[in-house]
Amino acid sequence: MQHLKPAKTLALASACVAALWSGAALADPDLSADLMIDGELHIVTQAPADDIVPNLPARYSGWLFRDPATRDMQADDFENPAMLAVDSGAELWETADGTAGQSCQDCHDDAEESMAGVRARMPHVNADGELWSMENYVNNCRTERMGAEAWRWSGGEMTSMTAFISMQSRGMPVAVQIDGPAAPYWEQGRDMYYTRYGQLELSCSSCHEESTGMMIRADHLSQGQISGFPTYRLKNAGIVSIHNRFRGCIRDTRAETFAEGSEEFRALELYVASRGMGLDVEGVSVRP
Amino acid sequence: MTEVRPRIRLPRSASAGDSIVVKTLINHDMESGQRRNSAGETIPRQIINRFTCEFNGVMVLDAALEPAISANPYMEFEAVVPESGDFVFTWYDDNGEVYTATETFEVS
Repeated sequence: MQHLKPAKTLALASACVAALWSGAALADPDLSADLMIDGELHIVTQAPADDIVPNLPARYSGWLFRDPATRDMQADDFENPAMLAVDSGAELWETADGTAGQSCQDCHDDAEESMAGVRARMPHVNADGELWSMENYVNNCRTERMGAEAWRWSGGEMTSMTAFISMQSRGMPVAVQIDGPAAPYWEQGRDMYYTRYGQLELSCSSCHEESTGMMIRADHLSQGQISGFPTYRLKNAGIVSIHNRFRGCIRDTRAETFAEGSEEFRALELYVASRGMGLDVEGVSVRP
Repeated sequence: MTEVRPRIRLPRSASAGDSIVVKTLINHDMESGQRRNSAGETIPRQIINRFTCEFNGVMVLDAALEPAISANPYMEFEAVVPESGDFVFTWYDDNGEVYTATETFEVS
């Protein structure tokens, strides 16, 4: 994994080895980059590895793998196009919907307080022992308390709402529960992470552990951290949910994918989230 | 499409005669007219085709936008502010709608 070290610390011999991998970008991840939002809020993008990620040298946010222009876009809330979704989410938060005539705000009050830290703890095992993603909690409120229709997992309303809720945890470290009732889900997710899927027989690990920092087509392979989700993807010109991204990855292995919101993806979300423990929630990130 | 919501950012302060950086962002699909829907029919073009910025009635910028511009067009440019006054920003939509935003700027 010589290519993961900063270029300046590379010995000559290992630099030659790295150069043999065609497409290996020596600058990835750019460990000298520092994410400061609007010159005020510092976001932790590097965290030490532990038993959860024995194969990583350290935990690196996907932000460190992006080019300077994309990184700058996220460092300025005005230029960050995801803030458009956050604005619509804020509006949905206070808009009454459904037969009960209630809005999110009527029960949860000021999101800045009530939703602080929620993103950092997701997904979470609910009172019935089921692992739920943020989308499940939102839809449960809508169908059970508001008498409203459930939103589509990756539909515009849902991604705006998760973007708005995630913003309230920006700058808080990812801290998902992986023991107790969450343990079997976490183990299921870990097994999926190391299972090779599809005609290309690729596991998550094949790209995001073994090949981090190398090129995949015209893009750079990150560690596949989800601390920045939901994220504004420039190629989609819109917000992408975690499960949407999982589906895209599995599709690219030429496999039939799991459905968004499926038990499999929720378990994988928990495991991947735990791989990012210690990294800060980025609220809404920008990725290519 | 969701409601169009222009966003403007001006610096906090500047002296009379200074050149300031103006940033604007508007949420818009910028449908190019080149795409087809699942039934194979062409999705009609609908873009912001013109953007203007005026300061106290004087035209600062008048831009023609083309279909290759991405969704949620972001504009950043410089403007000289000779005095305090109002910036008026206008976006012209293909469907005939016009979106405007006004921002007052005080020189120190």
